[in-house]
Amino acid sequence: MKRLRLAALSLSLAAMAACKPVVLAPAGDVAARQRDILVHSTYLMLLIIVPVLLLIAFFAFRYRASNTDATYDPEWSHSTRLELVIWAAPLLIVICLGGLTWVGTHLLDPYRPLDRISAGNAIGPDATPLEVEVVALDWKWMFIYPQYGIATVNELAMPVDRPVAFKLTSDSVMNAFYIPTMAGMIYTMPGMQTALHGVINAEGVYDGFSSNYSGAGFSGMRFKVHATDEATFEDWIAKAKESPDTLDAESYLTLTEPSENVPPAYFGNVSGVLFHDIVNMCVRQGTTCMDEIMMQDARTAAAEPMDHGTGHDMPGMTMDEDKPVAGTGGTPETATENAATTPIDTEAPAPATDGLRGHGLSRELTPFFGKTAAPQDTL
Amino acid sequence: MTLPAQDTATSVLFGRLSWDSFPFHEPIVLVTFIVVMLGGAALLAAITWFRLWGYLWTEWFTSVDHKKIGIMYMILGIVMLLRGFSDAIMMRLQQAMAFGGSEGYLNAHHYDQIFTAHGVIMIFFVAMPFITGLMNYIVPLQIGARDVSFPFLNNFSFWMTAGGAVIIMMSLFIGEFSTAGWLAMPPLSGPASSPGVGVDYYIWGLQIAGVGTTLSGINLLVTIIKMRAPGMSMMRMPIFTWTALCTNVLIVASFPVLTAVLVLMTLDRYIGTHFFTNDAGGNPMMYVNLIWIWGHPEVYILILPCFGIFSEITSAFSGKRLFGYTSMVYATVTITILSYLVWLHHFFTMGSGASVNSFFGITTMIISIPTGAKLFNWLFTMYHGRIRFELPMMWTLAFMITFTVGGMTGVLLAVPPADFVLHNSLFLIAHFHNVIIGGVVFGAFAGMTFWFPKAFGFSLNEFWGKISFWFWVTGYWCAFTPLYVLGLMGVTRRTRVFDDPSLQIWFLIAAFGAALIAVGIAAFLIQIAVSIRDRAQNRDLTGDPWQGRTLEWATSSPPPDYNFAFTPIVHDIDAWHDMKVHGYERPAADFKAIHMPRNTGAGVIIAALSVACGFGLIWYIWWLAALGFVGILATAIAHTFNTDRDFHIPAKTVAQTEAARTQLLTRGA
Amino acid sequence: MTDDVRSFHADEEPHHPEGHSTMLGFWIYLMSDCLIFAVLFAVYAVLGRSYAGGPGPRELFDLSLVAVNTSMLLLSSITYGFAMLEMARDRVKPMVVWLIITGLFGAVFLGIEIYEFNHLIHEGAGPQSSAFLSSFFALVGTHGLHVTFGILWLITLLVQVGRFGLTDFNKRRLMCLSLFWHFLDVIWIGVFTFVYLMGLI
Repeated sequence: MKRLRLAALSLSLAAMAACKPVVLAPAGDVAARQRDILVHSTYLMLLIIVPVLLLIAFFAFRYRASNTDATYDPEWSHSTRLELVIWAAPLLIVICLGGLTWVGTHLLDPYRPLDRISAGNAIGPDATPLEVEVVALDWKWMFIYPQYGIATVNELAMPVDRPVAFKLTSDSVMNAFYIPTMAGMIYTMPGMQTALHGVINAEGVYDGFSSNYSGAGFSGMRFKVHATDEATFEDWIAKAKESPDTLDAESYLTLTEPSENVPPAYFGNVSGVLFHDIVNMCVRQGTTCMDEIMMQDARTAAAEPMDHGTGHDMPGMTMDEDKPVAGTGGTPETATENAATTPIDTEAPAPATDGLRGHGLSRELTPFFGKTAAPQDTL
Repeated sequence: MTLPAQDTATSVLFGRLSWDSFPFHEPIVLVTFIVVMLGGAALLAAITWFRLWGYLWTEWFTSVDHKKIGIMYMILGIVMLLRGFSDAIMMRLQQAMAFGGSEGYLNAHHYDQIFTAHGVIMIFFVAMPFITGLMNYIVPLQIGARDVSFPFLNNFSFWMTAGGAVIIMMSLFIGEFSTAGWLAMPPLSGPASSPGVGVDYYIWGLQIAGVGTTLSGINLLVTIIKMRAPGMSMMRMPIFTWTALCTNVLIVASFPVLTAVLVLMTLDRYIGTHFFTNDAGGNPMMYVNLIWIWGHPEVYILILPCFGIFSEITSAFSGKRLFGYTSMVYATVTITILSYLVWLHHFFTMGSGASVNSFFGITTMIISIPTGAKLFNWLFTMYHGRIRFELPMMWTLAFMITFTVGGMTGVLLAVPPADFVLHNSLFLIAHFHNVIIGGVVFGAFAGMTFWFPKAFGFSLNEFWGKISFWFWVTGYWCAFTPLYVLGLMGVTRRTRVFDDPSLQIWFLIAAFGAALIAVGIAAFLIQIAVSIRDRAQNRDLTGDPWQGRTLEWATSSPPPDYNFAFTPIVHDIDAWHDMKVHGYERPAADFKAIHMPRNTGAGVIIAALSVACGFGLIWYIWWLAALGFVGILATAIAHTFNTDRDFHIPAKTVAQTEAARTQLLTRGA
Repeated sequence: MTDDVRSFHADEEPHHPEGHSTMLGFWIYLMSDCLIFAVLFAVYAVLGRSYAGGPGPRELFDLSLVAVNTSMLLLSSITYGFAMLEMARDRVKPMVVWLIITGLFGAVFLGIEIYEFNHLIHEGAGPQSSAFLSSFFALVGTHGLHVTFGILWLITLLVQVGRFGLTDFNKRRLMCLSLFWHFLDVIWIGVFTFVYLMGLI
């Protein structure tokens, strides 16, 4: 057993030395834990795979036709005891793997805020993560730093050991946001918002890119990630702030024009509602935001404003001013939609410490009723 | 609210088809076009010269004989394999070249079409025809039937599949193919991002072929349920027939989903509805869900019959009963059911919650249990056997080793945290080629070499077969191991150019592997040619060249039109083995006339009209589409008025055929 | 290896009467068709409340019209049943009459549906207006398309019966169409409940 493990380990080490397998040697804690699960699952499966491979070779050699010394029993075709082993052995492995999967999936759910910066280095209760709003465009990445009021194209910077909370969306087609060294990928989809939490623990310049094919300029949707110390990061922010360009509806719409292999660019100013408007597809003047439309639809479905009783005569035609827009949680009517389209951020509960209660458990993006789920209480 | 952007220059007569639609300005495509045209012209000329049109039409195209239809499926698969593989070679070459500022030799428009076409062709027009062809040929023989339940439908199904292939091939030279990937995910495949004809080619190619696949699924399903020889209870069916049964259940229960989802996408593209759009309430994630609800069972549609083939071969070449027949059957049925409960593992990274992801991850792992059980069953079939390492058995062993590794990486990808770092990477590409080449392609080759003597009466050349085998196997490992490594280096699929020069070596190795596979394919073609040349020496006079165990080996090679002069009666799982053990004597007299279905051209005509209709729809040539559609209806209705559907083979002819076989048998003895 | 008298072939052809598997095959086809409807129902369930700020079922659906429509289809199923009873007694003429009545009911059903669609489109509530309307038109329209083909098939079979009489062939075909017709009825009950009634409650 031990030798097997060693063999496998040396094999993966050899592979590491031969190339730069970023997935196996990442610089971020989340990616490292994902790597650990990957490696442990592999070991677990090798427990059964290696004997099987050896048995195939051994039986094929031993029972070759020319070897007349071997037993030949043409009618032997059943053994209850063997069958039991045959079904039980993979079952046992799958039970172990299933446990590993269940725990690992919840712990490393991209929607779940980080509970540690690295092994043995927990996050303080008052630590605020760096917020980055990500928009995938044809064919480049736009990053908004709402805490700093700046935005960039195709360049990302962050201080090491500071948790980063990404909110992501896309302008026209689906992409996936992936910085292999930091954390797993997550899709970015137009009209929807996804989330990702990660941290980088070592200074350096890393690669980020789209890992979901999105059309002609897809190969060039790459950006550099600068993980630096706090001071260098502040310098970088200051440099971006110096840019005279402002990111508002107008410049955003110019940016959405398809372009390929775009060099990094900075915006010293950002319109505060821009990301909300991008997610809700109402950047263009005169378009209604999707959260408003969805609320209106919910009222159309309910025929009248039942439990709010503010007395609209024309259901579905007017907008209730008191109600918060989707994304801020609040009334039960919008809660389901929030869970689907803007699953995290606003409530930002204290980092879960009990291991199994990730965000996925309480509120999840179900496969079918992703963005258009009807509010439950109106059914 | 907005209609899809329509070409303003559409004309009534030609729709959006114009001279610009032909590849005059693209030298590579133009040369290919000319070569294909010349080759096609030569072929047509040869057929005319040797006066083969009448023969082909009456004996093959209009044939309702399941054996001939099966062979036509295999030919379609081989032809399309060449096309799909050319795409693969071009991709490998591009990725091996495009480093250090080089753009390679393909621009994005071509490269994106090529990987899309490669996926579509390999799954729908190579793997599916191979599987359907083998099932068509073997299943009726294995269950002791004279034909399938609906022979005309069978012919029609084949021609619809071929029609779909014709549509896809047309896109190479007229207009363009889809650049949206093999599953055409919206919004990328929507009218805004893909305004051209590419996605429309994709839609109509698959719809036309899909009709064929669904109908052939129904047909084989009914055949297996209703046409089994007396005595063949469900638990005495050969294991290949069992896997075929499950595969056809999957076809019937999953292809309608594909049909429906493609119809909805068609509506989005043609009349501007909002099923999968970003705006007006459409939901692209719904497409992803629906297409994978079809797509995951689809991979089991492909692999299950291959499991059946390997079971038959392992048992025959180990000279031994299959170990654990019952557990094999249950494993197959379990896989069939579970294959519907795993679709979400194709998009863990789309933002589903952790519980949903875990659920689908764990169901996926559970599928590996029956699959693992099957592997052990093959192992213990070999145990205490006398293994003859002939070509089919070599393919089987290569499969067992390759597939085990592929299965392991598959389970790895089913662990969501691991998938978050490997999804859409070249690791994934390596994984599914590992199971599809290692499982389906090796299975198809194993099946072809195993049953070739049955179908043609002479065996395949061993030397060239071995060359092909070794090049395929080493080529596979050489081409895809680097992709596993690249996946761990964070390299994403469908990327056309690369920055990092240290990656290039891996792509070069992969390209070399693809070249080895090319040699393997060439050797396979040579093998067929050489075998046909030397057919006199390699005759199979016995009908049972491998000491087979199931009923298909009980009849002559090739089998007579009616398969069995008398319907066999089954007493055991290995029916033919049982007959041999009991010293079965072929009846030599008292033959009776045999009732057989008559050939008909309706299937060819309807499929041709479907292609015309599809072409009209793709190019907005509405009159052609309407004409084609009305033509389909008219032909179908006219066909129902055709009462001349069957005939009897006279007892005398049966007696003569059987007497000729008796002579062969004495010569062979 | 005890019974050496095992017989390994049937001297007489096993009884596979012409078309003995047609009903099973057609039934499996119907199930696959049912899956298409299942997808359309699922799509309606997902999109059915995405009105894109536009009108919903309450503003659009006219329940009394739909009730009339539903009764047309239900009646046509009953009359098809009568036709089958006549077929069982080999009485061609009454059977043909019932079939014609069935076809007429079907045609009226289609007419009302076309009227409804036309009305909706003219009110600006066409399939392009919202995901709700897209899925509504797809589901109801696919059903309507099936009824259209059913009527076409019915006419074909009437001609067949007129030409060849009530042969086994034609009986089998009429049985298949009967299955098809009742199947569409069942689907319609689903549409009526799920789309119209639940949309209006």
